[in-house]
Order: sequence, then structure tokens, then C-alpha cells
Amino acid sequence: MKNRILYAVFLCLPVYNSSAATKVAEHKLANGLKVLVQEDHRSPVVVSQVWYKVGSSYEPGGITGASHMLEHMMFKGTDKHAAGEFSRIIAENGSDENAFTGQDYTAYFQTMESSRLAVSFELEADRMRSLHLLPEELKKELEVVTEERRMRTEDNPQAKMQEHFNAMAFASSPYKHPVIGWPSDIANYTVEDLQAWYQRWYAPNNATLVVVGDVQAQAVFDLAEKYFGPLKPSDIKPLKPQTEIDQLGVRKMTIKVPAKLPSIVMGYKVPVLKTASQESDVYALEVLAGVLDGGSGARLSTTLVRGKQIAVAAGAGYSMTSRLSDLFLLEATPAEGKTLADMETALKAEVKKLQDKLVSPDELQRIKAQVLASDVYQRDSNFYQAMQLGTLETVGLGWQKADEYVPKINQVTAEQVRDAARKYLLEDHLNIAYLEPQTMTTATAKNKGAH
Amino acid sequence: MRITAYLTGLLLLGLSQSGFAAAKIDHWQTSQGSRVYYVRTEGLPMVDIQVVFDAGSARDGQQFGLATLTTDLMETGAGKWNADDIAQRFESIGAKFGASSSIDMATVSLRTLTEPALFAKALETLQVILSKPTFKEADFKREKSRTLAGLKQQEESPAEFASIAFYNALYGNHPYAHPESGTLTTVAALKSADVRRFYQNHYVAANAIVVIVGDLTKPQAEQAAEQLLSGLPIGKKPPALPDVAPLTQAKVQHIEFPSTQTHVLVGLPGTFRKDPDYYSLYVGNHILGGGSLVSKLFDEVREKRGLAYSANSAFIPMLKPGPFLVSLQTRNDQTPQALQVLNQTLNDFIAKGPSEAELTAAKKNITGGFAMRFDTNKELSTYVAMIGFYDMPLDYLDTFQQKTEQVTVASITDAFKRRVNPALLQTITVGKAPATSGK
Repeated sequence: MKNRILYAVFLCLPVYNSSAATKVAEHKLANGLKVLVQEDHRSPVVVSQVWYKVGSSYEPGGITGASHMLEHMMFKGTDKHAAGEFSRIIAENGSDENAFTGQDYTAYFQTMESSRLAVSFELEADRMRSLHLLPEELKKELEVVTEERRMRTEDNPQAKMQEHFNAMAFASSPYKHPVIGWPSDIANYTVEDLQAWYQRWYAPNNATLVVVGDVQAQAVFDLAEKYFGPLKPSDIKPLKPQTEIDQLGVRKMTIKVPAKLPSIVMGYKVPVLKTASQESDVYALEVLAGVLDGGSGARLSTTLVRGKQIAVAAGAGYSMTSRLSDLFLLEATPAEGKTLADMETALKAEVKKLQDKLVSPDELQRIKAQVLASDVYQRDSNFYQAMQLGTLETVGLGWQKADEYVPKINQVTAEQVRDAARKYLLEDHLNIAYLEPQTMTTATAKNKGAH
Repeated sequence: MRITAYLTGLLLLGLSQSGFAAAKIDHWQTSQGSRVYYVRTEGLPMVDIQVVFDAGSARDGQQFGLATLTTDLMETGAGKWNADDIAQRFESIGAKFGASSSIDMATVSLRTLTEPALFAKALETLQVILSKPTFKEADFKREKSRTLAGLKQQEESPAEFASIAFYNALYGNHPYAHPESGTLTTVAALKSADVRRFYQNHYVAANAIVVIVGDLTKPQAEQAAEQLLSGLPIGKKPPALPDVAPLTQAKVQHIEFPSTQTHVLVGLPGTFRKDPDYYSLYVGNHILGGGSLVSKLFDEVREKRGLAYSANSAFIPMLKPGPFLVSLQTRNDQTPQALQVLNQTLNDFIAKGPSEAELTAAKKNITGGFAMRFDTNKELSTYVAMIGFYDMPLDYLDTFQQKTEQVTVASITDAFKRRVNPALLQTITVGKAPATSGK
């Protein structure tokens, strides 16, 4: 589960390529598998990713985290290969591999020297339809996932706050539960639960294969036909919408955990590309996030960290490519001598400023320059490019959306940013969590002697 | 990147592997004697530049945290610009600036587009930052208090606690012993004059290397390197770091911490960059616990027993022997069992070494995946900086696969026996002791 890491990436980088260089070739197999290829011949390597349209936001209560658990089990053997065999074969081919689960997707990847692509396809095709879910393997892997949860969440005050915050902010949206799942759900998965989940979602017509690197598109399509072509499609039942109900007033919570520093997170309910009635609002919110937190020259740094020195750290985040309506986030840690109340007042003042005054031409220019440059920098990484295509396709926006990003950002005006702040950053749609540190004691028992 | 055919061991094994010339590193010195390392990469109109100084936390003296605070302050004021001006200059052209320090190095970096007007502005800004940082009192105070807040936050993390105790156990009074960002006490005592003096002593041409990787011609690269360091005095290199004192006995140290997991670190000072044993240790470790989802430790701890999410081992080569460390995290009450499996796996490996089959598999993974380690400009520039800073052969990347192929079961077994003595291992555990955690 690398969801939190991905999230951090989306916070600080624009997410797309521009049309200038994006040359994506698309091919759909008869069984419904969509194959996307982007050629990049700078280095003799390739990344291959299989994206499934399933993630934690697809999960009903009682089996939260099942998508992530299944991701772990996908390495535990098939009709053809014993547990661990997948990784051993991949490793012997000089390939790196892993997988990640998010709210809206589960994806598996290998990076390798480009002549080895068939090895990846053969194994991925095999585990798409022929997974063996064995009780003894599940028993061990459950422990692994529980350790993962302890490491990522239980022993990390910030992560704990984030988890409780989402549980409060969302009422009917499945974004309310954590990607890794609630502890009691994790403890009670059965083989039958995971088998049902696998059968429901793992099929060629619910997947996208993304390949970026030193390959020829047609050769990749042929290879995909050979390995994935024979797989049977499934009847994929449509997902229930689970639309978030309207929030009717500000929600606040306090998190008391052993910690050393207080912090605050504030989230306004906002639409995303998938859910907005007006797409331009979403690009305006994206620019707004850049005005607040697009580097050291953005407002939260210049005003709150350096100017007034109310915060030691402050950030804003907005993920416009979520599948469901999401939160526009503001997070901060107050400076020594400042309170969470001071911090909240200061963050709200920044929001008010955005609603009252137009952002300056310099600020807009800065964001547009950064977007243009990032568009070049991103092409340095095959992996990142594949991530973008896979995400857009999997949440249902279509990879072509990538080409619109730079021009749409360029069209955003200062008036649109102000109007978006007025329309969406509303007190009644706000959620706030305060982390109030409780004393934590540590003690060193030195030198328990030689062992 | 240019691709040329070249034979590898794999090709001899009958697999089609088009090995490729990793990167042609061009090397020269500026008129002031700074070493420059340059690789031309085409296809994208961008460049990554790094200026690296021998000015990491190993140069802190007793003022732990000084090197890190110095790099933190670089972007807060230079010449006539304040922090806002500097941010505006970079961000208005989409350039990305960074400054950070590790134990050995202080690195100032720039990523920018190569379009001439943008590149010129980025380069000028970087040059002024390098040669005329202002270290104003107000900026110093603010960054210091932010560092102190960061240090407090570190204390929320059992992983950080374990790491700090581990380095301390391995290095005692050596400059590698203390944490890179210092401690609450040492950072609180720092003055802006300390930072200024540290900068003046260490940020000098004789102590700098420049790394340029990207779409610049050689004359452009030569001119850029010359311009970047033109404002720095020649100065001199700092004295050689002291040798790491040998450990005398194994130790086990537990730190009681209110976490659900216990973090376990086991290790000792391992290998340095120019170590003749490096390849044997590297390949051996890959088999032991270095491979990401395939290794002996991963298999014993996670795959067979489900004791931890991550279990791995690593050598971290530095100027002087950096740590060899084996680590895992497990539910508090399982700590004795996990530690037992860890030690058993490690001791078995030291006693018996790998099998031929394991070695062959590891070599296939390392050589087969070699091209992926630097397939981006960013990764390549990090490798080139390593080669430059540690003064490694310029053909390091080209010979890496060949040297990996030359490693044998005997050379691994021999190197591990000499370098990883179980009687000297330092063990750190941070968490709730099993007796008190009651699960």
C-alpha cells in the first residue's frame, strides 16, 4: 500500500503531460483489455503496469481493505506457479516489481530491460484469471498486512489523524475508510471474501495495460494479444454511486495521541474532474492549490512560514483526478508559541483573501511556468508517465485528458480562481481535525550485555 | 543516451541482452581546480546540475546539525535577494532548487529548462546563492526553530529513535555517530556566526565538484561550471576524516517506546566506497536481504512466518565504512522470535555463504536490471555525483556488470567472514518490551 506516498506526489506536482509530446497508442483486445503504449527510446528499458478498476472506494463495510489484501495475495501463486514463483522469475529477469493500491485503483508493475516484456505479460496474464487463494498463505499474509498497518498508521500520529479525519469528513462516500482497511475487517477476511472480490473485479475487461519505454507500439499490441488475448472477460456489475451527502455545517474533531507536535488539517468538500458540473471550476481549484502551495514562493510559505511565522510547515492539496468528490486540504503545524487556534485563524484568513482579492498576474505566471516546466521534467520518468495514463484511464476520465492539462491551466483567470474560492471553500463544507499531543515517554535501557 | 552493443555475461549464457554503454562521463577541472563531471543526454530540453561539497554532517565537529542547517539556509537569502525573491526567480521559470546534506556530502542542486533565457536566469540565481548567501539573523532564527520542531517530530517515530541509537552504537565518538540534523541540545546552541564560518570553510572551490547531466553542449557545460563557482575562493579541502574505531564486543540495547511495533536494527560498520571487497559484499547482501521481494531475509521473516512487512539488509558505503544493517519491524510480543530468525538467517549466511544457484539468480537480477538504475536524468546525475565525490573510476557504470559477474560464492563467503563478525554485532530494539506489552 503506497497510497500515502502517491498522495504526496499529487500534492506537489501537476499531474499531466501536454499534447506536445504525448503520443499514446491505444488498442483494445476482443476480451475488453485496453492497452496503452507510449514509446520513449531514450534508454533500453520499459515499464509495464496492469491497472484494475478496483480500490478501497469500491469496498462495502466489513471487508474494507480487501483490495489491498488481494494485492498482497496476488504474489501467492496461481494454477501454474507456486507462491513466490512470480517474484523469483521476475527477479531473475533483472526486473523490478511491486504493486500499489489506492482508493480508486489497484495496480501491478514491472520495470525491465525492454526485451523482457514478454516475461511480465505472461505472468500478469496468468494471475489475472488463475490466482490460487490458499488458506495457509492468507493466514501468514494477514499478519504481514497487520504489521504494515501498525507501521504505517498505528505508530504514526499524523497518519492516525488523517485516518480519523477522513472517517469524520465523509458520511456516505466510501472515501471514509482507509485504503489498508479497519483493523477488525483485516482480522476477519476469509478466503471466500477474497475469492469473491477477485472474481468480481479481476478480468481483462476491467483492466488497463500501460506500457511506456523503449518498445514499438504494434509489437506490444501483438504481444498483448498473445498473452492476454485468450483470457475470458467477466460480466462486471456496475458499481453503486455512493455519492456523498451534502454537508450541513462545519465538523470538528480532536485527536489525542502520544505525539510531540500539534497539527491541524482542514478539508473543504469539493468536486473533481469526474464529478464537477463545470470543468473549469476544477482547473481553477488546481491553480488555487498552486497559489497556496506551489513551492517556496507560494502563499503558505511566504506568508505563514516566513512572513508571520505562525507555522513551521504548511501545505495545501487537491487531487483533481479522484473518482469521487474529494477534499481540498490545508494542513499545518504551528510554530513554537502559536496555538492550533492561531493556525486555524491564519489559514482561514488565507482562504478569505482568495475570496476577496484577485490573485496577482505574477502568481498566475509562476504557476503556469511551473506547469510548463513540469511537463518536460515528467517525461524524464517512464514510470511517472505510465502512472498518469493508468490513473486517468482507471478513474474513467480517459488518458486523453492528459493532453488537456497544460492548455486548461493556461486558460484559468484570476477571476475564476476567486470565484472557485467563493463557491467551494465554504465554512459549512469544512472539516477540521486538531491533533493534540499527549505525553509520550521513552526510556533507554542501555547495554543489556553481549548476546 | 547512446546505445552501443557490448558483450555481457548474460549474452554468453544465451539470453539476449543488449548491454549498453551506460553513460559517457566527461571530466575536467575549472580554472579554480574544482572537478567537473558532465554527461550529455538528449531528447528533453532540461538539465540537472549538482554542486557537491565535502561538507556533510561528518564535518559538524561537536556542533551536531550545523551542516544541515547551513544547507537549509542557502535559499533564504543571497546577494540582494531575500527568500521570496529567490523563490520567485526560480519558480517564475519553472526551475527547481534544492539544498540538502547527508553524512558525507552537502549538495546544492538545480533542475531547469535549457531554453537560453530561462537557463541563464536559473544559473545566475544559483551562482549568487553559492557565492553570496546572506545568513541573516532573522532567517537563521526561523530556520533553526523549524529544525527544532522537526527534531521534536522525529521523537514521535520509533524508526528514527532506532536509527539514531544504531549509528551511535556503531560509531561512538566518530563523526558518523550523530544524527545529520543534530539534536535538540546541539541545534539550540547554534549561532548564525557558526553557520557563516562553516560555509566559509567548506563552500570553497577546492572542496567542490560540479555535476552536469542534460541537454547542454560541452562548451555550454564548461561555461556553466566556470560561472557557477567563479565567486568562490579557492580555499582548501577539509582534513581527512578519522578512521572508524573497531568495535570490541557485541551489544544489545533496548529503548522503551509507546509503539505497537518494535523496530529492530542489527549491524556494524561495513564497507566504504573504494573497498576492494565491495562487489562481493554487495552481491552477497543482495542474496541475504538486499533484493526487494526476493531474499533470504524476506523469505524467512515475511514469506515463511509473516513476522514483518519489511525485512531487509544493506551496506551503505561512504568515505569511511558506512553501516551494514539488517532491519525489521514486528509486533512487540514477537520481537524475540523475529530477532532470533534474523540472527539465525544472518549467522547461517556468514557461516555457509550463498549457494551457486542463489548467486546465479542474484547476478541475473543485478546485471539484467542495471540499465534501470539510471534511466532517468535524475538517477543518472545522482550516480555521476557519487562517482565524482568518491573519486571512483569514470568507467564505474560501464564495468559494474562485469565486476558483478566476477563475484564467486567463495569471494562472498570470504568477504562476509572477514567483514561481518557476529561477535561484534550491535542490536537496537525500540518499542514496548514484550514483558510489558502484554499482548
